[in-house]
Amino acid sequence: MKLQYESIAEIVEAAEKAGKKISEIVLQEQAVALEQTAEEVRSRMEKSFDVMCEAVKTGLDPNLKSMSGLTGGEGGAMMKYATENGGIAGTFMTKVMARALAVSNCNASMGKIVATPTAGSCGILPGCLVSMCEDRGVAKADAVMACFTAGAFGMVIAKNASIAGAEGGCQAECGSAAGMAAAALVEVMGGTPKMCGDALAIAIANQLGLACDPVAGLVEIPCIKRNASGVMIAVSSADMALAGVAPKIPVDECILAMREVGHSLPEALKETAGGGLAATPTGRALKERVFGKVKEE
Amino acid sequence: MNVFDIIGPIMIGPSSSHTAGAVRLGHIANKVCDGRTPKEVEITLSGSFARTYRGHGTDRALLAGIMGYHSYDPEIRDALEIAEERGIHYTFLKEDIPGAHPNTARIHCIYEDGEESVVEGASVGGGNIRVDLVNGMHVDFNGEFNTVLILHQDLPGVIADVTNYMRLVYPDVNICNFHLSRKEKGGEALMTIEMEGPPPEGLTDGLRRLNNVINALIIRKI
Repeated sequence: MKLQYESIAEIVEAAEKAGKKISEIVLQEQAVALEQTAEEVRSRMEKSFDVMCEAVKTGLDPNLKSMSGLTGGEGGAMMKYATENGGIAGTFMTKVMARALAVSNCNASMGKIVATPTAGSCGILPGCLVSMCEDRGVAKADAVMACFTAGAFGMVIAKNASIAGAEGGCQAECGSAAGMAAAALVEVMGGTPKMCGDALAIAIANQLGLACDPVAGLVEIPCIKRNASGVMIAVSSADMALAGVAPKIPVDECILAMREVGHSLPEALKETAGGGLAATPTGRALKERVFGKVKEE
Repeated sequence: MNVFDIIGPIMIGPSSSHTAGAVRLGHIANKVCDGRTPKEVEITLSGSFARTYRGHGTDRALLAGIMGYHSYDPEIRDALEIAEERGIHYTFLKEDIPGAHPNTARIHCIYEDGEESVVEGASVGGGNIRVDLVNGMHVDFNGEFNTVLILHQDLPGVIADVTNYMRLVYPDVNICNFHLSRKEKGGEALMTIEMEGPPPEGLTDGLRRLNNVINALIIRKI
């Protein structure tokens, strides 16, 4: 079976035709493409999933500080709140956010993470899948497989739009990640391939125009909290898809819309720390605090 | 592209484009000169790279790659100190390269014996890279495959000589990508050939012996 990864529709159709989950056909196809056995490929993905789980653990340390000292402990604080209080969205959802924050904390402290699809958005997919395993009884093997669905959708986005903040803003990183996570969630919840595509569409549509405005140029503010928002979007998109609340604009058109919006975003909002939050008085002050007063760059 | 370019790489943070991708770009420069340690390195950054490099550890990442490290090696954090320990003199410059990808770096390495290399490429997102120029010649590869660069005189028959040689002596090698660039007709030209499988023994020596081939260089996949 050949997959070109040139559209979500192609992947959904192939899975439906084969009567299989998207992850199953992607695993088979990738094994052929990479000239390895399916087990070798699956096992490699499991290793990545293990790094994700480790990153959650490392990042939950409330005393972990980022290299710059600007952030740290958000994941730990959120997990404490989730366990003691339950939060407005309920314990499960608050823990999902805590885990997403934790992985981002790990990243900001130059810890080891898996880029999914980027380091800036590295908390979203793990936050969702690790939580499904720890709190919703999803088997690790199913979570690992769902990563293939997420990855396949991410490949289409990378081809047709972008997964880099410098090219497409944060919609390209956290937006893509939330969409990928939404699709993965739909799969582990037993949704159809079409529902996986629907979830991606809803998530992307939700984040069009999201700017990349890292304070002090660091992958911390607002990146870390965007991972928490990202899991909210992933879960809500997945739930809408599973509930049959289908998107009105087909997913492949949403991806192209994201590309167009990305091109329209000014450079100041594409990872140059030149606008948005990065350009606020506090944003600038934080930059000076980290780097000192630097002669105009 | 494969699924592990999206769910991956496993890397040291904080940024896949500005840290992990930067390590890989530096690593290409390392491979271009066979893993030797340069005595001097001048790195020119463009666009977003130039504006945010210190915050993302891009400087540490590029140096780490130049020294042969991978994007998951914790040594990246200490790359500046390690470079100094190894006696590498490094400078970072900023330049707005028109038309370049927003995360572009030009890495100029000078070696003890006077040899120099210049590698220019971009970190295109998710830790992936694209190499655009090697020693002034336009290339187009991403380090996913073993790549051989063949500098030759732009004359009829040279491409056929090269590919026939490869076919004859290494019949199992499959070429999966081919790119040709030249500065001017009849001048020097460069073939970029990406191959599946390990680079065969003696390939560059054999290629260099062909008529009108000036030099051949293998860049192992990263």
